[in-house]
Amino acid sequence: MSIESVDPVIVGGPAPAPPVFDARGEKRIARRERLRLLVRRPGFIVGSVILLFWIVCAVGGDNITPLDPINDFDVSNQRPNADHLFGTDQLGRDVFSRVMAGARDVLIAAPIAAVLSVAMGSMLGVIMGYYRGWVDEVLSRIIEALLSIPVVLVALLIISVLGASAIIVIGTVAVLFTPIVARTVRAATLAEAQLDYVTAARLRGESGLFVMTREILPNISGTITVEFTVRVGYAVFTISTLSFLGAGIQPPSPDWGLTISDTYRLIQAGFWWPTLFPALAIASLVIATNLVADSIDTVRSA
Amino acid sequence: MSDPSTPHDEPGGERTGGVATRPDALSVEGVELAYLVRGIPREVLRGVTFRVAPGEAYGLVGESGCGKSTTAFAALRYLPTNGRITAGRILVGGQDVTHMSDRELRNFRAHDASMVYQDPGAALNPTLKIGSQVAEAFTTLGHDKKEALDRAVDALHRVRIADPLRVMHRYPHQLSGGMQQRVVIAMALACDPQLLVLDEPTTGLDATVEAEVLDLVRALRHETNAAILLIAHNLGVIRSMCDRVGVMYAGKIVEEGDALEVFEAPKHPYTIGLLQCLPRHGARKTEQALFTIPGTLPQIGTPLPTCVYVDRCALADDLCRDEVPPVVELEPGHWTRCHHVDRLAQMPEASPQTKSQEGEHDLAVELNAVSKTFRVHGTDVPALVSIDLGLVDGETLGLVGESGSGKSTLAKAMLGIHPPDPGGEILLDHVALADKAGDRPAEAMRAMQMVFQNPDSALNRSWTVRRILMRAVMKLTGANKRTAEERVQQLTEGLRLSPRHLDMRPRQLSGGLKQRVAIARAFAGDPRIVICDEPTSALDVSVQAAILNLLSDLQFDRSTGYLFISHDLGVVRYLADRIAVMYLGRIQEVGTTDQVFNGPHHPYTEALLSAVPSVDGEPSERIRLTGEIPSPADPPSGCVFHTRCHRFMEGLCDVVEPPVIEIEPGHLSRCHLPADQLGRVEVGTG
Amino acid sequence: MTRYILRRVALSLVTLYLLATMVFIIVNVLPDDPGRRIAGPFAPQEIVDSLNERLGVNDPLLDQYARLLRNVVTFDFGESFKFGQPVKEVMLPALGRSAKLVVLGFVLTVPISIAAGIFAARRRNSFADRSVVTLGLASSSIPEFVSGVTLQFVIGVQLGWLPVLALAPSDAGLIGELRYLLLPALALVAVYFGYIARITRAGTIMALDSDYTRTAVMKGLSGRRVLTRHVMRNALQPTVAVIGTQIGYLFSGLIGLELIFNYPGLGSLLVNAASDKDFPLLTAGVILVGVIYMLTTLTADLIIAWMNPRSRLAGDRA
Repeated sequence: MSIESVDPVIVGGPAPAPPVFDARGEKRIARRERLRLLVRRPGFIVGSVILLFWIVCAVGGDNITPLDPINDFDVSNQRPNADHLFGTDQLGRDVFSRVMAGARDVLIAAPIAAVLSVAMGSMLGVIMGYYRGWVDEVLSRIIEALLSIPVVLVALLIISVLGASAIIVIGTVAVLFTPIVARTVRAATLAEAQLDYVTAARLRGESGLFVMTREILPNISGTITVEFTVRVGYAVFTISTLSFLGAGIQPPSPDWGLTISDTYRLIQAGFWWPTLFPALAIASLVIATNLVADSIDTVRSA
Repeated sequence: MSDPSTPHDEPGGERTGGVATRPDALSVEGVELAYLVRGIPREVLRGVTFRVAPGEAYGLVGESGCGKSTTAFAALRYLPTNGRITAGRILVGGQDVTHMSDRELRNFRAHDASMVYQDPGAALNPTLKIGSQVAEAFTTLGHDKKEALDRAVDALHRVRIADPLRVMHRYPHQLSGGMQQRVVIAMALACDPQLLVLDEPTTGLDATVEAEVLDLVRALRHETNAAILLIAHNLGVIRSMCDRVGVMYAGKIVEEGDALEVFEAPKHPYTIGLLQCLPRHGARKTEQALFTIPGTLPQIGTPLPTCVYVDRCALADDLCRDEVPPVVELEPGHWTRCHHVDRLAQMPEASPQTKSQEGEHDLAVELNAVSKTFRVHGTDVPALVSIDLGLVDGETLGLVGESGSGKSTLAKAMLGIHPPDPGGEILLDHVALADKAGDRPAEAMRAMQMVFQNPDSALNRSWTVRRILMRAVMKLTGANKRTAEERVQQLTEGLRLSPRHLDMRPRQLSGGLKQRVAIARAFAGDPRIVICDEPTSALDVSVQAAILNLLSDLQFDRSTGYLFISHDLGVVRYLADRIAVMYLGRIQEVGTTDQVFNGPHHPYTEALLSAVPSVDGEPSERIRLTGEIPSPADPPSGCVFHTRCHRFMEGLCDVVEPPVIEIEPGHLSRCHLPADQLGRVEVGTG
Repeated sequence: MTRYILRRVALSLVTLYLLATMVFIIVNVLPDDPGRRIAGPFAPQEIVDSLNERLGVNDPLLDQYARLLRNVVTFDFGESFKFGQPVKEVMLPALGRSAKLVVLGFVLTVPISIAAGIFAARRRNSFADRSVVTLGLASSSIPEFVSGVTLQFVIGVQLGWLPVLALAPSDAGLIGELRYLLLPALALVAVYFGYIARITRAGTIMALDSDYTRTAVMKGLSGRRVLTRHVMRNALQPTVAVIGTQIGYLFSGLIGLELIFNYPGLGSLLVNAASDKDFPLLTAGVILVGVIYMLTTLTADLIIAWMNPRSRLAGDRA
């Protein structure tokens, strides 16, 4: 016996309906209720605030940084001080400004890669889960093979072959995330396709396209939403790692991963600030995205 | 106004009061229990009081959500973390369970009380062998490992497991449901408990297996001195097992008494209604509509200050709304909580009706030699073997048989969801249909629709009722939007749905309303045939009655044919004109409802009929099937039923496939026995 | 059981074949002029031609494909461009060093995270539970190189407790070597703690809520006995699966960590191979990582089959 079984919404009997009842109103109420639950979660609030901060930085770019992040040279290697909150790097550039401006490239690339992978993966996953059969069997094998090597490693291979342009990096991450999304969406579709409403649809002669897009898709949109937020987080993770390895965002961008790869060797010499602040920036961004994703997931499945 | 929760206003205390030597096996005294939902306590039990004497079997009945399982678990103080006993106490053998420390509670569960649950498959640990799980019940009692294992063998013997040593080395998933439940019972009896609580122990098992398990419990009751608390929604099970019964409604016992008395002469409006909802004494749709209880069970936590049943009671008046009903003792030990015991005769009754189809009807659907073979892990599993069946306009053909007999596969083959094997044919209006649903003409799809068992699964939860119905109407009839809207309007009225339901989504509807929507959808295109796959088995009896009435009305209005699949023989008998009995993918017997029920029967039908515990009393003769249902992948030779048949003739049945014999015109059976040697079972014709 | 193992191994081989094919497509089919890509736009044509010759890109694609498959089977990928030695000889020592780091990392991570997961599950929704969940979520979402530099700075530089670089001097001995590896291993702990603890928590909650646990409690067993005998074996099956896949995936994390800690393992070898366009080495590395993934997931599946008779004995009923 669980808490759910006594939840007034679920226990039998028609819900006491408000006198005037229109579908859109009901949908709005449900959405508002979900939002209310979300807002009550500290993880969601903290995550959203951090995320918002980095989005502002990304949109503002060097218009809002105190100093020019690329072309403003002061005395190099200054410790954090009143003029330079996070100090200066080995070329004398303001670390604080660079950290702010460093949000831009990754925050453009990661969501695009996530959107592409979720779009492609959902399409594949729904088709596999609905039709099953040999198409599913073959695609599943290929997905399994793709998943057997870490994304960063395959990306490294592809990018070293094709070169590290923005389009290649985004495209590679999107393609490599696609099977992961497809696997999740396939599982959700599979569960949905077992349900009798799908059989009922087939019994009235609905086309496969209709069943997939109109019947099943609305019921797995929650899974897809969560998958998207999770993918954004992992795209930041992956693209930062690639940039750190020299196969992602290219100089002269003040990108965090790139900056860390330029500066990390100086830590041992005591110059920690050019490395540590971008590191904290990456950490805060991925944690924030994951907190948001996790909150949405919990509220949705509660 | 007296406080309804105090135990003092309950009669029955004097039953055991005189004999102080042995305390009651179970004594529940004014227990109130609430679940905390988002910090708000919601009352589930509103002052439950009853006693079970040593060695006695006491049954609790009621619809889902009335608190009977909660009571059962409370007796062993196993509550969800948000459950709180807010008043009263529970004594087992004189020990107060409500105030035990953790250690005492553990000791109490190990020695004094045990429980058997619904779904035995889940109740056993999938990763441990049966032997080690049963032995563990003995090591807890302080036996050493070797002795515990020996005792485990004995325990399995005791629950009539023929080959305990072999079963000891099995894992739970390798046993059938009936065997699993025997193992759970063996563990429960390990400590020779004073109290054995059985929570829906046979729900989900086939009728034949259910009968075996119930027989076992009955026999063990006489071998041990355990008192039994049996929870079941199936009134027949309670009647056949229990000495006394308590009828629960909304967290309160509303009537209690001797089981026979309560079922034969109920004295509370709820009990009366509940019993009348069932098709009893061989009732048929042609003779009477089923009684229905208006309204629904109040939600958990709803304040019910006076009579808990007041909102649904036909006799309710201002008195009932203002005052707590008294406990009225009618005879020693039989009491009811009602203001109006004297007016019970005024309770409305099921209305008699005469409905019959006049004249000749056309053969709507015909199946000729339809087979379906599934391929599982490289082996062919024949799920249907050469089925011949016809369905006439406006008739209900009942399809019965144990799970795995192929009932649902037959339905799905007809509909083209599982395309049948090549060779057979399905004819609609004498025209052969394509095997796959998608290849059939629109007219054929419109003609055959389906109502599913579980309305939650059958309705798209992100669609509104209006959209569900509109889409079905437009797609099936090809109507434009205006016409479709009118048609949905008519459907809504015909199905007794109110227009405000149209803008709701399935989750906002009760189970009964959801099933109405599903039925409305099936009727959207005015079908010739509707296949109903266990349409009421997920519903409570009061809701079931309304759905059965509805189905029967629709049929008479529109002359729709039903293929009605059900495991509930009472329901099939009420609704069906003809019945087909399936076993291992083959039809064993087919005939009119009277022919099949009155016999002579095929031996399998005979066993099925005699297995069912009925509210109307036990069948005259009991034939128990032994052994497991064989795997369809490896069907027995000769007659597929010979491995379990009580009329088995060696050298014939296991060698030669039986012929189809005609017992009477239209009554066919697949058996080697000549018609005059087939048996008959008297089943509750009342 | 044998059938199950054979089937599972066969599936792994199919996956490996598909992986090899994909690598082939990436390396040999996608680029139009691999020699030019490697040598860069300003290299003289002769060098490009000789490179193409060495790569065998002028051969028919099918021959190249057959060669790759043969290489996979014999695990002989020819000579590394950069080192001029057989790929195998370059790779094996690096693999050994990485393996040390991985083993140390998992020896540290697995017990802590399983304990934390079970602890959290038993105190569901308590402060301790929420802390484990949130900490796990946060730590596992940070890229390895980020937690690597942070730990390096805090523990290695500021506190000075552990060596900043991972490679021990040759006379360090086993204990000394472990001391040098501890810092990067801690970075691995930070990342994988979250995954394992969260999945353990979820599995334990599911097992605690199950009917068989209820049966065990109702038998009057002690809480400890219920946990060790009835809950754990069921609860830890998903954990084993996750450990299997994560050990396979670990090598991507190693790339960053080995750079940060200047450790000459497989990760730094591969990232250098990528920037040097040393395709034989890179191809071999990717395939090797794929093989390792297959071995670890295969092992995990076999352990799960051993833990769960239902998947092992599927099909045969009493």
